[in-house]
Order: sequence, then C-alpha cells, then structure tokens
Amino acid sequence: MGNSLTLTLPEVVLSLSSLALLMVAAYAGDRTSRVVSWLAIASLLVAALFIPGIIAPTGIGFDGLFVADNFAAFSKVLIYIAAAASLIAASGWFSRGGVFRAEYPILILLSSVGMGMMVSAGDLLTLYIGLELQSLSAYVLASFQRQDTRSAEAGLKYFVLGALASGILLYGVSLLYGFTGSTMLSEISVALGRDGVSTGELFGLVFVMAGIAFKVSAVPFHMWTPDVYEGAPTPVTAFFASAPKVAAMALLTRVAIEGMGPATFEWRQIVIFMALASTVLGGVAAIGQPNIKRLLAYSSINNVGFALIGLAAATREGVASVLFYMAVYVVMTLGSFFCVLRMRDAAGNPVESIASLSGLSRNRPGFAAALAIFMFSLAGIPPLFGFWPKFLVFNAAVQADLTWLAAVGIATSVIGAYYYLKIVKTMYFDEPAPAYEPSTDRLGGALIMAAALFVSPLGYFSIPLIDRAAQNAAGSLF
Amino acid sequence: MNSLGFPILSLMLAVPMVAAIACLFVGANAARWLALGATLLDFLLGIFLWSAFEIGGAQWQFTEFAPVFGRFAWALGIDGIALMLIMLSVFLMPICIAASWSSIEHRIPEYMAAFLFMETLMLGVFMAQDIFLFYIFFEAGLIPMYLIIGIWGGKERVYASYKFFLYTLLGSVLMLVAMLWMVNNAGTTFIPNLLTYDFPPEAQTWLWLAFFASFAVKLPMWPVHTWLPDAHVQAPTAGSVILAGVLLKLGGYGFVRFTLPMFPEASAQFFWLVMGLSLVAIVYTSLVALVQKDMKKLIAYSSVAHMAFVSIGLFAFNRQGLEGALIVMLSHGLVSGALFLCVGVIYDRLHTREIDRYGGLSNNMPAYATLFLLFTMASVGLPGTGGFVGEFLSLLGAYEANSWVALVATTGIILGAAYMLYLYWRVAYGTARNPDAAAMPDLNKRELAMLGSIAAVVLWMGVYPESFLAPMRNDVGLLLTRIERANPPGDAALVRGSGAPAAAGAAQHGASATATAAHPAPAGSH
Repeated sequence: MGNSLTLTLPEVVLSLSSLALLMVAAYAGDRTSRVVSWLAIASLLVAALFIPGIIAPTGIGFDGLFVADNFAAFSKVLIYIAAAASLIAASGWFSRGGVFRAEYPILILLSSVGMGMMVSAGDLLTLYIGLELQSLSAYVLASFQRQDTRSAEAGLKYFVLGALASGILLYGVSLLYGFTGSTMLSEISVALGRDGVSTGELFGLVFVMAGIAFKVSAVPFHMWTPDVYEGAPTPVTAFFASAPKVAAMALLTRVAIEGMGPATFEWRQIVIFMALASTVLGGVAAIGQPNIKRLLAYSSINNVGFALIGLAAATREGVASVLFYMAVYVVMTLGSFFCVLRMRDAAGNPVESIASLSGLSRNRPGFAAALAIFMFSLAGIPPLFGFWPKFLVFNAAVQADLTWLAAVGIATSVIGAYYYLKIVKTMYFDEPAPAYEPSTDRLGGALIMAAALFVSPLGYFSIPLIDRAAQNAAGSLF
Repeated sequence: MNSLGFPILSLMLAVPMVAAIACLFVGANAARWLALGATLLDFLLGIFLWSAFEIGGAQWQFTEFAPVFGRFAWALGIDGIALMLIMLSVFLMPICIAASWSSIEHRIPEYMAAFLFMETLMLGVFMAQDIFLFYIFFEAGLIPMYLIIGIWGGKERVYASYKFFLYTLLGSVLMLVAMLWMVNNAGTTFIPNLLTYDFPPEAQTWLWLAFFASFAVKLPMWPVHTWLPDAHVQAPTAGSVILAGVLLKLGGYGFVRFTLPMFPEASAQFFWLVMGLSLVAIVYTSLVALVQKDMKKLIAYSSVAHMAFVSIGLFAFNRQGLEGALIVMLSHGLVSGALFLCVGVIYDRLHTREIDRYGGLSNNMPAYATLFLLFTMASVGLPGTGGFVGEFLSLLGAYEANSWVALVATTGIILGAAYMLYLYWRVAYGTARNPDAAAMPDLNKRELAMLGSIAAVVLWMGVYPESFLAPMRNDVGLLLTRIERANPPGDAALVRGSGAPAAAGAAQHGASATATAAHPAPAGSH
C-alpha cells in the first residue's frame, strides 16, 4: 500500500494542493486569483518532480489498478506542461475582462489529477473515474464566463455530449466485463487472446473505442468540438486543445495496445476509419470557417487524425510516434492559441475573426511571423518541426505494412495545408485591417517565442532526446 | 571533414541564412546591400568550390557528416552534377537581387530575407547527402516562394501562389512515402548507399511513380505543368528568374539523383511514358507559346518545352542524352532567367507585359535589343550558344534511343525558332506602336551588368562547353554503368556499312544506300 501511494504521489500532491487552494479561494476571494494561479503552477511543477520514472522508479500500484510506467510518465509531463502553460496564459487574459475567479486554477488542477489517472489507468474503472474527474472539471471550465451566453451554451453542449460519451463508454466497459470476466486491461487482453474475439467482446470493444473517440474528438464523434472551442473562453479552449487531448490519446493508446492487443485486427479498422475521416473532415470543414477558434478546433480534429495513423500501426514504433506527435502538437496548438489570446481590437475587446488578421505582418511583424510559423508547422511543411511528427507516424505506418494508409493520409494533409495557408495569406498578402491593441503581456510573448523557437528548424536538434523518451515510453506497453 | 579543412558547404548554406535573419532587422537600403553582399560572397565561395573541386577525383567531395538529428544526419557532399547546379544558383542569386533593386518598392527587408532563405534551401537540395535532409530542403523551398509570389506578385498573385504551393506539395508528399519505404527496405538514409542498393523491380515501379509525381510537377512535364504559367506570370521578375533558373532544375536533378540510378528497371519500363509526355509537351506547349499575348506567359510555356528536352535526354539511357540534358538544364537556367530579366527591364519602364504594346525597341534601346536578340537565339538553340550544345546532344541521345522520338522532338526546335523569333520581331523590330514604348531609355548600368554577365556565360557555354562538361563527366559515367543493365534496346542501332565501290552493280547499290547515306556512327557506340 505504501508503495502504491508513492506511485500516485503526483496525483496526491495535486489533490492536496487543490484542496488547500480551494480553502484559500473560499476565504480570501478573487483578490488572490493570481497568487492561487502561481501556486497552482508551482504545485504542477512539484507534482512533475514526483512522477515515477523521472526520479522515482516506475511501478504498478493498487494491484494493477494504477500503472505508473514510462508511458504514463511521458504523458504526464506533457499534460502538466500544457496545464501550466494554459494557466500562465489565462491569468493575463481574464484579468483584462474583469473577473479572474480563483476557482479557475483549481479546476485546472483537478482536471490534471483526472488526466493523470487516465494515462495511468490499468483498469477500466480507474479509467472511467479519471475520465469523469477530468470531464467534470472541463464542463465547468467551458462555461466559466457565466454571463456570456456562448460560454454557457458551450458548457451545456459539452456536458450533454460528454455525458452521452461517458454512457457509451460505460456500456462498453460493462460488455467487456461481462464477456471477459474482468475490468483489468491485462486480464481483458488475456481473455481476448485465449479464444479469439467473440461478438460480445467485439461490441464492448466498439463501444469503448467510440466513447474514447469522443474525448479525442475523432470523426465521427467530433461534432461538439467546434462549438465548444468557439464558445469557451479562449484560455479554456487553449487548455482543451492541449492537455486533455494528450490524456485522451494516451488513454486510447493504452486501452488499444495493452487491453486489446490480441484484437488489433478488429480495432485497427475502426482506428483507420477514424484517422482518415478526421484528416479529411478536419481539412475540408475548416476551409470556410471565419472564426479562428473554430478553425483551430478543426485543426485539432485534423491533427488527431494523423496521430491515429500512428496508433493504427499498433507497433512500438507507432506508439512512440503518437507520443512524439502529441508532444509537438501541444506546443504548436498552445502557441497558436497564445497568439489568439493577443487578438484584441483597439478598445481591448477580444476578437476572433480571421478577417481581423488581415495585413497583420505590417503592423505587428513579430506576431505575424510567429503565427505563420505555427500555421506552416501545423500544416506539416518542412523545415518547421511540425513536419517531423507527421513523418514519424507515416514511417510507423510504412513499417507496419500499411503503406497505402500512409499514402492516403499524407495526401489528405494537402487539404489541411490549404486553410493553414489561408491564415498566412490573410496576414501577409491582404491589406491591413485596423490594428490590434498593443499587447503588454510580456510573459505571454515569451511563451509564444519559446513555442515558435521549438517548432522552428531548431526543434530538429531535440529529436534524439524526445525520440529516446518516446521509445522508452512506448516500450512499456509491449 | 573534407580536404579544405573547413566545412565549405555548411558555410555556403550559413551565409545567406544569417544574412536573411539579419535583413529582417534592418532598413530597406541596408537590406538591399546586405543581400547583395551575402549573395556575392556565396558566389565567391562557389567559385572557390569549383576551383577546389577535383575533376576525376572522388565521386563525393567536400563531404560533411554530423548525425545530430537522430533519425537522419546533417550529411552534405557534392558530385560534379551538383557542383554545376550550385554554380548556377549562386551565379543567378546576385543577379536576382540586383533585378529587384528598384522594382520592388515595399517591404524590402522581408523580400530580401525571403530570397536569401530561398538560396539556402536551393543550395541545400543540391548538397544534401541524406535522403530526408534532401526532402526537407526540397519541400521547404515552397514557403519562401509562396510568400514571394503572394506578397510581391501581380494582380492574380493569391491564386497563383496557392496553385504553386498546393500543386507542388501534392506532388511531393507521395515521394515522402516512397522514401520511407526505401529507407525501411534498404536500412540507410545515406544517398550514396541508396545509390548502390538494388530495389526489387516490382517495388521499383511504385517507387518510380511516386518520385515521378514529384519531379514531373517540378520539372514541369505536361500535363502537370499548368501551375508554371500562372506562377511565372504573377511572380515578380526575380521570382520568375529563380523559378525558371533553379527551381525547375530541381525536377531534373531529382531524376538524375534518384529516379534513374535507384530505379533503373522501372525507368526503362516507363521509357514511353516519359518520352510520350515530353513529346506532347514539346509540340503542344510550343504551339501554345506561339499564340501568347503576354511575354512572361510565352517564356513560361517555352520553359515547359525546353525542360522536355531535359527529360528526353535523361531517359535516353546514353551518354550523349545525359550530358545533353544536363547542359540544357544549365543553359536553360541562364537563358530563361535572362529572358525573364529582359521582360522585367521593359516591364519596369512601361508596367505591362503585353506584347502588342511594344514594338520597334531596337530603335530606342539598341543595347537592350542586342542582348535580347542574343538570348532569343540562345533559346532557339543557335550554334555558339549554350542552348545549341545541350539540345543537340540531347537529340543525339534521343536518336540513339529511338529515332521517332528524335524526329518529333526536332520539330520543337523549329517551333521554338518560330515563337521566339515571332516574339522578338513584335517587340524589337518595326516601328513603335506606342509613344510610351518609343520613349523608353536604354539599359542602365545595373541592367547592363546583369544581362551582360549572363550573356558572357551563355557564349562561354556555347563555345567551350568542356568547362561545364568536365566536372560532370565522371558522374555521368557512373550513372551510365548503373543504368546500363536496364537500357531498353534502341531502334537506331547503326552498323558500319560495307560501302560498295562506285563501279559495283546497281542492284547492290540500292541495298546499302541507306547505311551510307545516314551519318555512319561508329559501331558499338552504346
């Protein structure tokens, strides 16, 4: 038991600190929001130090319910970084709009606890609890600007569809439990491998996949994404697009590889379909979007599709490529959203239309260059670093004898390139629109710069480092 | 490390790169001088590179290798073919900067930076010795070119820039999948190793098609050439020069570096596909060029026709064809670049590219008319210019491979003469149709220097092509030994005729007439 607790130290640290911060917020009120926010970032840092696999050894806790392996460690590091970055971005943004409520950082912390449990789940029930903890915090965050009807609508939509997804997932879990006799991933795997995949098990598998697909917002379970991304306050959208995507993708990978390894043939078809449907729809549907947040929502659908190609390979190389993909994806997406956070008209009101970016390169060359770098990188054009994770997932597909999938997938990436180019075109080719308000948020600027440098060609120097970590992490699933 | 003791290739990549970044932080005039300085410095380094290149020495010289990227390496090295194309790039770059000196009026620092980035990426393509490094440089060139066309282009610039970007991107992504397959199959990313690896013939077919999709778009070959006229017409003058001068050569370079030596069997298998498309291109685009009203469009279509001589020569599978194709690449790079500059010169004065608006320029712009005539003749392929050497060798090779190909391709020379002379006639001869055109001043010193330096090299290449052929000879030989096993049999296998004495019977005479009448090629010329 003691060992199990040490394995869950990051979650323990985050839970205790969120409870403590909740007390601070309750008694000291919204005046302390900034302090609470920084303390939350600090606790994320501390929690990151305790992740098994960083300093402490990895292991399996609570008789297999909680797995703290390298795979979980890699995902958690990413999740905590993304959560901390979106906290930093949020404090500047909300304080401009009037109220920055102290509950915000606490909800992010609780959500991070849930995400940590998701990526460490060795059992379908741990998985479910982690997922719900993450989702419930997210529902609240989506409707965080209570006075804004769009935000409230986003929260409600997210809740209803998310609850539906949870229901589907839970139904799949119950089917799997009924037909395999266990909720443990390792035992399900044994049961699936024993005598082939029965119809009941197949149904369970499909429902579980569908439930998780909602969370990664893969087509055809993506419809909530554009609405929620558009309606939620921008810092919340930045958070949604980054950390929970990593968690859900890691969860899907673990369930597919560790729990359903023997049924690879069955789930591979689902994953391939979702991958291609996401890359195509994420590309086509984004073309006509006038709102940058909606566009980035489709961009995240598109990117998830590419990551799923790596999962479809179902090899160690494939899993490593998914992890690498998520690492670069998080930086690119957060960078883009940080840029969106700075889009305010002369009166200081946030603007979200792509048209308002017109001619940005003349008023704000640095800002435009950074956003252009993120766009080219999301499109996967070398020499920007966004090319590399795409390269890896296609490489994994080719190695797994899915060359046709790589060829089709890479061809669909051209569709996506079109709308990323559209943003660059708006900023560079068009006549200037009214200038944005000059930004005073130096910290945000520094974050944008760091992200832009990471996705610039300089990022290639980090390949050996990230590659080793991702390979190690992937190795723990095989 | 190489024999020089310092990494000259990395240095040549770094100079424009550093200058590009610096350009973004300085004013307009400083950016111009900085760009000119950097490109001239790179040109000097290029001359030094050429002089240090050991002809007949190792195949790969000045090699550098640093495995800093994990999956692939910073591996650079050049052979003679790459050397010549590098020289072409570094020679054209300062001219491009000079051509933009006053014609680009806004956002000059960004413009210069885009060009300098472009130079780094183009040189990188020719220097890369790692297949993925090659791909990165190859693809990355899209970004600066997209910006150059889109920001500083003409009226339809946005459409043209999108078309350019998406067309070439779609072409090259399939090549990436093929590269991944090859690397997984061969277990190496190092191009010299891949060059000696024999891929199974049935896989070659697919790999060949994937590479072809990319290089055919770049070259460009009919029917995937349609992006080129749009891009050329809309791009600023210097953009057209670099597009025609160097970027199109990436397609030809790709055929030489990858398609032929790595997939010889498939190359032979698709002999007729390449020849067929090239012949259609020669005849069709020449006819299209004949009716153009826009000067840039005319030259753009003529580029498609000339590049078809490259593909014909390359797939002729013999030395004459290969060397001819390479010379066509070099001479077309210079000549089409120069022609675009010629258009740019008068466009800067009258701001129209419509042929009908000009006329009688030889009266008021004699120096311009002379140089324009020289480049027109070089484009037609007049002996004494580089164009003749390349096209003649290329046709010679084609004749050896298949006489029908040579027959149809030769009509391209005639058609080429027709549309180029027709263009020249309408622009330079007769009387001015427009008082504005008649009042245009002749070349200034800057323009004279630009066009004059290209003219000198074009004549040099026409009179003494050995300077350019010598560095490439060994590499062409190596390529030939590699593709020989797949060489499809030609229909023109000439043998020395027995040559009956004049007094011999009339019956015997008829039989050997064909053999003696045709130029008797030495036996065993294969």
